[in-house]
Amino acid sequence: MNDRPAEIVKFDNVGLRYGTDPEVLSNLSFTLYPGSFYFLTGASGAGKTSLLKLLYLAQRPSRGAIRMFGQDLITMPRERLPDLRRGLGVVFQNFRLVQHLTAFDNVALPLRLAGADEKRVVKAVSDMLEWVGLAHRSHAIPATMSGGEQQRVAIARAVIARPKMLIADEPTGNVDPEMALKLLRLFEALNHRVGTTVVVATHDVHLLKKVPDSLIMRLNKGQLSDPTGALRYPPRPATTSGSGV
Amino acid sequence: MNTPPPMPEAGEEEAFADSRGHSAARLLPPTRFAGPIPWVIAILIALVVIAAAGGLALRNLATSAQADLSAAVTVQVIEANPDLRAARGAAAVRVLTAMDGVQAVRLVPEAELAALLEPWLGEGATSGDVPIPALIDVELTRSADPAEVARIEAALAQNVPGARVDAQSDWLRPVYGALAALQWLALGLITLVALATAAAVWLAARNAFAGARDTVEIIHLLGATDRQISAVFLRTVLYEAAFGAAVGTALGVAAVWLLGQQFAALDSGMAGGGGLAFKDWLVIAAVPLAGVLIALLTARITIALALKDML
Repeated sequence: MNDRPAEIVKFDNVGLRYGTDPEVLSNLSFTLYPGSFYFLTGASGAGKTSLLKLLYLAQRPSRGAIRMFGQDLITMPRERLPDLRRGLGVVFQNFRLVQHLTAFDNVALPLRLAGADEKRVVKAVSDMLEWVGLAHRSHAIPATMSGGEQQRVAIARAVIARPKMLIADEPTGNVDPEMALKLLRLFEALNHRVGTTVVVATHDVHLLKKVPDSLIMRLNKGQLSDPTGALRYPPRPATTSGSGV
Repeated sequence: MNTPPPMPEAGEEEAFADSRGHSAARLLPPTRFAGPIPWVIAILIALVVIAAAGGLALRNLATSAQADLSAAVTVQVIEANPDLRAARGAAAVRVLTAMDGVQAVRLVPEAELAALLEPWLGEGATSGDVPIPALIDVELTRSADPAEVARIEAALAQNVPGARVDAQSDWLRPVYGALAALQWLALGLITLVALATAAAVWLAARNAFAGARDTVEIIHLLGATDRQISAVFLRTVLYEAAFGAAVGTALGVAAVWLLGQQFAALDSGMAGGGGLAFKDWLVIAAVPLAGVLIALLTARITIALALKDML
């Protein structure tokens, strides 16, 4: 037990309900380890987005305990949450770009909020936009960009500050297969080179096979199943039983 | 596009995290003074400036009048016979001049009295048909309180029968009461307008927050602190309130100046005591600053409460 790495996230019997409605997530207990690559799958309405909301600190659970980066989220005062959020990169399902900001300024947001030097911001954002193929659109505002372009901006914004954990909700839904692969490669690069833990929610079962070392978590009606052994320790990569998804 | 952009060196993320309070400029659309709030604030500040100037002028007027009259008494010698009246008037002047605590004594000339009464009595004031008391203005070295008035009456009683002594401030006591009421009215008006300013800013901040809620949620989830988000809104409120306060102050001061000119044209001794001193202008200059502070405080509280609803 002692040789296990410190967990990035630990859910213990977590449940989530909105108001007085029935629970959308029930009895979730799992651990995410640093440097792992997880796919979160499940049918529409299974609770993937709700689970991601818990992960990117937009929601507190109705019951249970969550630890993130070694800290107890349930008792943590809200003033300390921004520090934790800065360790996360989030690709929202509907991009959630700031509409009056240019692509450049949207991507720069996490760095500027963290107080980065403007020279470094310019260099890092320019490089990132270059890499996602949007250097020529850096001054465009979201309303003038295609869905695929907006998605690439959202992804660039999520990874620009090299987060400890990247959470992506259907990140390749609006891009062509070639771009989808490139974006997955970026996630992999973060995963391998920086040790970022990656959690990608997706419907696309073909995507799962593109990342050989990935682990799969499956949600069904708010309950988590473990078809590939991703939730056991040591985790077993999805490629050994991808058909179970 | 095949090679990801270079990753930062180890420890650079810490440098990001350690640098706090970076300007959150451009997170919200720039201020364009397009909404009604700067103009509402301008009107409210103009009203406060006028009310404050009015209140201060009334206070100065009352203070000046009281200072002039508090140590003054009027002695009337009531006698129908003009010769006897003149003799008793002269006797009263002698008695008063010899008294302790009397600074100056002046027998008001009959011609001056007649001129004062002519607007009411017409030519009868100078014809001698209407007996007019002899009037003596007396300035004391101390306040003309009831004890002092009684002392003068006692001194005159022996030598000047029919002499009546009045403290001049007694005549203006109802006027002082009215001036005090007007000062309270001005203070009440200032309080109400300050509350109205706070309410207007509260509504504006709430609406601005609602309008930018999506942006706020995004930057909140990206790690913005409440302080950073508040700073963005407060900057907008500061610009709008400062603009409104400057315009309102200019309008208010212009109105006060015009009113001052009108009152100066009255050439009335009493109105002349209601001018504004340098320290009064300092108080008026504090009005826009107080307005901006109220706006910032209100906006800060409003935004803090709205942010508390977010995790």
